[in-house]
Amino acid sequence: MRYHCRMTRATKDNRKSLRKQLHQVLPKTCILETPEQTIPYESDGLTAYQQKPWMVVLPESIEQVQTIIRLCHKEGVPVVARGAGTGLSGGALPLANGLLLSLAKFNRILDINPANRSATVEPGVRNLAISEAVEKFNLYYAPDPSSQIACTIGGNVAENAGGVHCLKYGLTVHNILQLKIITIDGELITIGSQALDTPGYDLLALMTGSEGMLGIIVEVIVKLLPRPEQAQVILAAFDDVVKAGEAVGAIIAEGIIPAGLEMMDNPAICAAEDYAHAGYPVDAEAILLCELDGTNEEVTEQIQFVENLLTQKGATSLRTSQNTAERLKLWLGRKSAFPAVGRISPDYYCMDGTIPRHQLPFILQKISDLSKEYNLLVANVFHAGDGNLHPLILYDANIEGELERTEEFGGKILELCVKAGGTITGEHGVGKEKIDQMCVQFKSLELQIFHDIKHSFDPQELLNPGKAVPTLHRCAELGGMHVHDGLLPHPELERF
Amino acid sequence: METMNRTRELQDHVRAAFNDKTALKIVGGNTKHFYGNKSNAKKTNVIETRIHQGIISYEPSELVITARAGTPLKEIEALLAENNQMLPFDPPHFGEHATLGGAIATGLSGSRRPFTGSARDFVLGSKIISGKGDVMSFGGQVMKNVAGYDVSRLMVGALGTLGLLLEISIKVLPKPNTEATQVIAMSQQDALITMHKLNQTSLPLSALTYENEKLYVRLSGALSAVTSAQKKVGGETLLHAEKLWQEINEQTFSFFTESNNKPLWRLSVPYIANIDLNENSLIDWAGALYWIHSDKKAEEIQQHAIEQGGSAMLFRTHQVKAEKNAQDCFMPLPAKIKQLHVNLKMRFDPRGILNYGRLYSDL
Ligand SMILES: Cc1cc2nc3c(=O)[nH]c(=O)nc-3n(C[C@H](O)[C@H](O)[C@H](O)COP(=O)(O)OP(=O)(O)OC[C@H]3O[C@@H](n4cnc5c(N)ncnc54)[C@H](O)[C@@H]3O)c2cc1C
Repeated sequence: MRYHCRMTRATKDNRKSLRKQLHQVLPKTCILETPEQTIPYESDGLTAYQQKPWMVVLPESIEQVQTIIRLCHKEGVPVVARGAGTGLSGGALPLANGLLLSLAKFNRILDINPANRSATVEPGVRNLAISEAVEKFNLYYAPDPSSQIACTIGGNVAENAGGVHCLKYGLTVHNILQLKIITIDGELITIGSQALDTPGYDLLALMTGSEGMLGIIVEVIVKLLPRPEQAQVILAAFDDVVKAGEAVGAIIAEGIIPAGLEMMDNPAICAAEDYAHAGYPVDAEAILLCELDGTNEEVTEQIQFVENLLTQKGATSLRTSQNTAERLKLWLGRKSAFPAVGRISPDYYCMDGTIPRHQLPFILQKISDLSKEYNLLVANVFHAGDGNLHPLILYDANIEGELERTEEFGGKILELCVKAGGTITGEHGVGKEKIDQMCVQFKSLELQIFHDIKHSFDPQELLNPGKAVPTLHRCAELGGMHVHDGLLPHPELERF
Repeated sequence: METMNRTRELQDHVRAAFNDKTALKIVGGNTKHFYGNKSNAKKTNVIETRIHQGIISYEPSELVITARAGTPLKEIEALLAENNQMLPFDPPHFGEHATLGGAIATGLSGSRRPFTGSARDFVLGSKIISGKGDVMSFGGQVMKNVAGYDVSRLMVGALGTLGLLLEISIKVLPKPNTEATQVIAMSQQDALITMHKLNQTSLPLSALTYENEKLYVRLSGALSAVTSAQKKVGGETLLHAEKLWQEINEQTFSFFTESNNKPLWRLSVPYIANIDLNENSLIDWAGALYWIHSDKKAEEIQQHAIEQGGSAMLFRTHQVKAEKNAQDCFMPLPAKIKQLHVNLKMRFDPRGILNYGRLYSDL
């Protein structure tokens, strides 16, 4: 059967032979093999999953990556690419029988071209480093994941990362021009171009968010934007999450697209305040952070308008940043929400569903019901403007069975998101983690075409196998668990 | 609102074509028939998407509209306008009956593109019929979605060669409160320098276009922002500017109509490209798009575009079909990239029945 997972094709002999050849072509400093050396790579940001890689390589040049990939291809040994390992879906989780290819040494900014509003960077460059490097030209790179001090642009492309500013400025896919990729046969190809349109199919869109399954990204040209003349953020407190949710809809219905529009519920507010001392009102049931940017005149006009609107919509208090320091401080609380929650609970599990915004009251109610049912606390952080929820389920991995209950709870939240017309992942990717929920989101036909796309690039499934797209058999086996309206999702497949 | 859900009919049509290997020519409003190659299939059968029309859902505060592919663009734009919203990528209509499906399959975007984004940037989800007759859905109605490969965006500009579009979900944006256009008389050289300078500022720009010794700067946004930007930009305020932008987008502007029967080329290049073909041109997208009338050899024009980091395609020609088909309208792809195209085509449309040859003669 063609759907069978082929990831264990490589034999011990293949690996032995690959190891020998890698030692011949790579400097010693580029290879990590001992358990002490490989342990730091056993997890990405989703630490609940651990697997030590067979071997880690840290190439220093594109030619070395080509050689490595060619050898893996020849020996049939799978490869997992890794940027900073901040991914939250186990995308960079290593394979016991596979090579882990770290792009960490590709950390140079190769060119900044202010007139073309672009920068050429290596994949291991940190997201924030780009904006820092182009600041002197009054430009910046717009997508700003909360992990931006650590995560790499290669990882951002592979996950189509977003950030608090993507409501107005788009996701990674909207902010890159060109990629250089090593294909599984070791060829270096260029996808996209320095121009806005490129002939042929939109392979740039296909590569973005492909989770290291289609090729190794070795260079990225990003788009840069002029820094807005002015930016101000309003902090609005509400005594009811539903009211806060309605206020979000009201702002957008008025024809305003804020640069960022974020929401946090009370447990998240308290954790963030305790951690960042941003001055959040800890007695509020929800807060909204609404950033407006543009020219001085525009921002002044809109801030006033939105302040009035928020008051009308029931905000119990408002605070508007008066300078950059205040603005950054207000954001700091939001941007450090995850580590802040990490301090109040031994472990937390971050979900990433997206819903049409008007479904917010429904979802929040359901999450709250489930929280009681599973007896696990939840803190909600929410990219409210674009409907991307990050419920953080608090648990303690040392309590037996709690991780399993947490995962089950999380899975239910994702299924609810699908039911509400949304998706199981807005920005963190499917990886290893959400592979089963893919069976809920898609039918066999779509899953099959995903495999077809994979095979168009990587017929032997050597690039990050076992991630992002479940085999149809896996879905069929799970099918019994996900009976909707009495219908099995994959009736065409045999059950066993 | 008239809605016609003819998914089944279209699906049966594709299935029948798959079974007897008939090439299908997908036609929406037939307004963009000139775009891309002429089909070179021997036995061609027309499949009309206009039987499949209607807006499926639209919630202004969610900023998303979902419509069947055969829905007239003007119906969508009218509904959005009632709610003070718009399709942010300014799709050209090129005729009264233009459909949403045609706009997405061609993936063309208007003058606003460098500042707000392109057709593909705003596509959130799609439902398609593959070349095997399978109905599949990708993406969705939410802004952020990374579950599965981005097949919806892959469809944009694919000219129907990977799937017949059934439904498309698109992100929409509020209409700017105010728009104004400044005209400044200057040479092409000065205009390019000015465009690059303006393009690096945070002014509320929505078009930077140059033609015949005039630079047009469109500004969009809050009234106060536009007024102050007008002063910074200088020049004269153009009256009835909307008409100008409409004419440029629809190619009814004098530059396009006075072609002297020369073919029209479209060059997509980096902002900073230095395009010098010694021909009459209209420059859009802040210097990143050149429209050029030229009867120079395709190789010469394309080579020049490549040297400048971009590409060139033959957009319109008065030549007869045989001559036109001597060469692909789109620039040849590097071998490995072409191979990936062929691989994808084989998977989505294994018998090559969907608009075969329209994008590239062997796809
Ligand atoms: C505290 C915290 C906050 C976060 N906030 C956000 C947020 O706001 N928005 C958001 O989108 N994400 C967020 N994330 C998730 C994560 O930071 C992003 O997914 C990020 O893009 C991952 O980048 P990375 O370099 O760490 O990639 P990794 O985790 O190393 O890898 C991620 C995936 O990309 C692949 N990959 C990496 N490099 C390459 C390459 N060069 N070529 C091919 N494939 C490659 C890997 O195989 C893997 O599948 C957050 C994570 C944390 C821990």
